[in-house]
Amino acid sequence: MPNSVKGWDRNDMARRAAQELEDGFYVNLGIGIPTLVANYIGEGIDVTLQSENGMLGMGPFPYDDEVDPDLINAGKQTITELRRTSYFSSADSFGMIRGGHIDLSVLGAMEVSEKGDLANWMIPGKMVKGMGGAMDLVAGVKRVVVVMDHASKKGDPKLLHECSLPLTGQQVVDMVITNLGVFEIDRGKGMKLIELAPDVTVDDVKAQTEADFDVAV
Amino acid sequence: MKKVRKDAASALDGLLFDGMTIMSGGFGLCGIPENLITAIRDSGVKDLTVISNNAGVDGFGLGLLLETRQIKKMVSSYVGENKEFERQFLSGELELEFNPQGTLAERCRAGGAGIPGFYTKTGVGTVIAEGKEHKDFDGETYIMETGLVADLSIVKAWKGDEQGNLIYRKTARNFNPMMASAGKATVAEVEEIVPLGALDPDCIQTPGIFVQQIIQGEHEKRIEQRTVREREDA
Repeated sequence: MPNSVKGWDRNDMARRAAQELEDGFYVNLGIGIPTLVANYIGEGIDVTLQSENGMLGMGPFPYDDEVDPDLINAGKQTITELRRTSYFSSADSFGMIRGGHIDLSVLGAMEVSEKGDLANWMIPGKMVKGMGGAMDLVAGVKRVVVVMDHASKKGDPKLLHECSLPLTGQQVVDMVITNLGVFEIDRGKGMKLIELAPDVTVDDVKAQTEADFDVAV
Repeated sequence: MKKVRKDAASALDGLLFDGMTIMSGGFGLCGIPENLITAIRDSGVKDLTVISNNAGVDGFGLGLLLETRQIKKMVSSYVGENKEFERQFLSGELELEFNPQGTLAERCRAGGAGIPGFYTKTGVGTVIAEGKEHKDFDGETYIMETGLVADLSIVKAWKGDEQGNLIYRKTARNFNPMMASAGKATVAEVEEIVPLGALDPDCIQTPGIFVQQIIQGEHEKRIEQRTVREREDA
């Protein structure tokens, strides 16, 4: 029965994604659940957040009297700077992304294939807003972690043999964290279930997954 | 040669023509040339191709030029914040070319630097790669993208001097420096024109060679997503 099993909520998924952050990492967080990852960075883990509109060292939201229209993140939200902050142009920003200098990116997805293909930017027939920086991020960042619901709201699987939607990148995903568990992907080869959310069984996962996967829990 | 003009309209005088390509700096509404956009609207120039990461919002930024149907085509990476844009696009009145954001930034940088094309792995295996040259380097596949040059670039900086040297402020820099370099003519608007020597030469981000006209303007700096946190009681 789709969506009837227990599992992780949004914050649990963000907390699990935060475990992928290592001390000294430069990290780019996408919009939505990935943004919540910043709330769960472990003690003793020092990471620098990149915002692709041109900033390293992104601070928290400002207090009301600190709001600065010249200081926003890639989601166009007002933010603050830190003592470590640097600013740069969009070309430099994507130079560090494309050039493989960013250690980790956490982003959302509509579909992921068992080979690591990612679709998260357009649904044919609906208004397309654009890919923004997503194609550059998945092509260039060293390690790409996807956080998403395991199945669509209608109960359709989102982990597939092949993506049905237009791709954001081919063989670009290294890990998928869903409300049911955690999968590791060997890009171009296949995926492996490495962790289950509480009270979730392998059969629960199989019932909501089209992709083939090995089980290593 | 004097580069300082008294206002946006006089800075654009003689530079506008129907069917032209304009690069417009900014990310969302951050760091956009507000005064020059308004002056372009008032000029009535039409059939524009506008290269800009975003397309403004209804009633502000490039949304002003959409309302008046002066834009024929947009080259952008993300256009989600604009109902009029959506209406014109879905009805077929407006052409749209999506570029990945980093590819768009690099196309502008390359155009300004005299580089007609470059290879990137962004978009390989996606619709973006369709019809583009593919080439392998060290066992990895890349696609060729072309440099972009505009008839006119309009940019926004924080401070500038009469030579057109510019500095930007925080994340309002974004696409402005590359676009400044990629215009056959570039007009900059700044919050303050300062005397020569007031800007530290080591800190100038756009050297004046890229800027042909400069104006000082008032800036509303509208915020798209005002997000704040609460102060905790001590």
